[in-house]
Amino acid sequence: MPPKPAQRTYWQRNLRLTLGLLCVWFAVTFAAGYFATPLNQFSFLGFPFGFYLFAQGALLVYLLIIGAYVRYMNRLDRDWVRESAPGEPRTRFPDSGQ
Amino acid sequence: MDLKTMTYIVVGATFALYLGIAFWARAGSTGEFYVAGGGVHPIANGMATGADWMSAASFISMAGLIAYNGYGASLFLMGWTGGYVLLAMLLAPYLRKFGKFTVPEFIGDRFYSNGARIVAVICLILASITYVIGQMKGVGVAFSRFLEVEYDTGLYIGMALVFFYATLGGMKGITYTQIAQYVVLIFAYTIPAIFISMNLTGNPLPQLGLGSTMSDGSGMTLLAKLNLVVTELGFKEYTTQTMAGRLDMFVYTLSLMIGTAGLPHVIVRFFTVPKVKDARSSAGWALVFIAILYTTAPAVGAMARLNLHETIQTGEIGSPEGNLSYEARPQWFKNWEKTGLLQFEDKNGDGRIQYYNDKNPEMAAKAESFGWKGNEMVKVDRDIIVLANPEIANLPDWVIALVAAGGLAAALSTAAGLLLAISSAISHDLLKGVFMKGISEKAELRAGRISMAGAIVVAGYLGLNPPGFAAGTVAIAFGLAAASIFPALMLGIFYKRMNKEGAIAGMIAGISVTMLYVFQHKGILFIKGTEFLGDLGPNWFLGIQPNAFGAIGALVNFAVAIMVAKMTTEPPQHIQDLVESIRTPRGAGGAQAH
Repeated sequence: MPPKPAQRTYWQRNLRLTLGLLCVWFAVTFAAGYFATPLNQFSFLGFPFGFYLFAQGALLVYLLIIGAYVRYMNRLDRDWVRESAPGEPRTRFPDSGQ
Repeated sequence: MDLKTMTYIVVGATFALYLGIAFWARAGSTGEFYVAGGGVHPIANGMATGADWMSAASFISMAGLIAYNGYGASLFLMGWTGGYVLLAMLLAPYLRKFGKFTVPEFIGDRFYSNGARIVAVICLILASITYVIGQMKGVGVAFSRFLEVEYDTGLYIGMALVFFYATLGGMKGITYTQIAQYVVLIFAYTIPAIFISMNLTGNPLPQLGLGSTMSDGSGMTLLAKLNLVVTELGFKEYTTQTMAGRLDMFVYTLSLMIGTAGLPHVIVRFFTVPKVKDARSSAGWALVFIAILYTTAPAVGAMARLNLHETIQTGEIGSPEGNLSYEARPQWFKNWEKTGLLQFEDKNGDGRIQYYNDKNPEMAAKAESFGWKGNEMVKVDRDIIVLANPEIANLPDWVIALVAAGGLAAALSTAAGLLLAISSAISHDLLKGVFMKGISEKAELRAGRISMAGAIVVAGYLGLNPPGFAAGTVAIAFGLAAASIFPALMLGIFYKRMNKEGAIAGMIAGISVTMLYVFQHKGILFIKGTEFLGDLGPNWFLGIQPNAFGAIGALVNFAVAIMVAKMTTEPPQHIQDLVESIRTPRGAGGAQAH
């Protein structure tokens, strides 16, 4: 069976979000590593900034990425239920429970 | 009470706790044995994942790596955490939606092929066994150092303990024990760090202390002071030193990340939560709990390095009175000398300790003029940093005992998680999935327990007689996970057109390339003398070291898989529907309903 339109939008939004967040992940890991020397000229909480990213910053950004993903996906899941069954009243996501 | 009694009490109390939990959380069904019945709260699961993931290497070696490599250690710090971003977004929710017990099971079903499942089982077992040897060694070393028993005796105690709670409780027992182990190890790691940060900077939070001003009245920040101290002794500047070339570091980091996301004992943790959305958030929670240790580690490393140099270089560099006299060395120095992990050799016969970088020609010339005859700290093993930390900072005995319990908790929790991954691959994937399809649940549960016991015996044997290549095998463990399992899972989820021919060809190509590259530089099956190219920078492909080659293997896997899939027939309709269903959020089947 071909995917329903609601299913396709859901999947495309999911992909766009995942790709966007992966770009952030790439930037903070690899781009920041590449430009560590110029970034070290700035100071942050007493650290040279490039060094701070390594010691704590990147990890905190990883946490924010996952946090943003979880929040946005939970909302998307709720919308998906509403869109795929427009007649039903909006309820808490019945999902996935057993 | 002396330190030894105190250590016995603290370690004994934590063991009693683990055993009590194991007894309480006995597994009654295969669902409980493999995935804890799929009913673990995401926060609890995050904590258990943290303990599962943070091994003896994270607990003992991480801070030492940072202390000696400074900024260069970023590749480990980021590589071992950034993988959770990939897990949370690319794998965990979809695998949970699929709702089965093991990683090879997903690969077998998605690629409608027992061949693919068996290839996955082999990769999983190889990766897990190589990893578990290191953990068993960690258990033996920690016991022998802290309980003052023989290495072998220590290993037997560890095996008996894991045997008891892992075979009794399976994943359910392991999960709840790991939560307790997480609590023990995180206290053991952070308490000494807080004391040391207070001493040096007056700031109780080590994470902030690392960026704070020294409280010795010099007005310098800790990092500036550390940079000054190490560069004056001819070492590289702490905050900018690197470990390898740019491309090499880049690929190495990526390999560790992909490897993390592909290691089966981590992935399987996301089968234990009730819902798809819990799988997403529990990856986040896992990273929160890991971050508590991983953000403390840079502080521990930097502060230990500073303490070490300041202990030895007590005065001005080059002045006759500027170095610590060997007679006046502190107690912890003597303790660690006994283990051979710390060694001093009085090269210029002045009875004082000179610790500097004699490989740096400029510094060597300067040292010559002081009458120094080379670096006299001939051995400073990086692994003693965390273990010696509380002694260096003169902390009370109970803190030292706690660190011993923490190191054991880290090693035991990871070993148990790996052993479960191995035993479920054998009993669930090989027996029930391929060779004895009609096996009853009760018989499968028994088979699970027997294969768990078998895995413990094998791991224990390898821990007693570690193969000479144990250190090099970490490259294989991560390389295998990165080059075979991760790409197969990702393509299975994100590329509907991927078929069994593509997936199998991809996995085999990925593993082969990685293995060949490692063997080419480190010897076939790590046997010395069989390497056809020396393990040296100029011989490396684009300067990439063998340990970092997993990412290239993954790339090869992706490329081969997609090419082969395009040339062969597309997967049957029911498989395409399966992919469609794991992509949509509604109705994740229960992990045990199957």
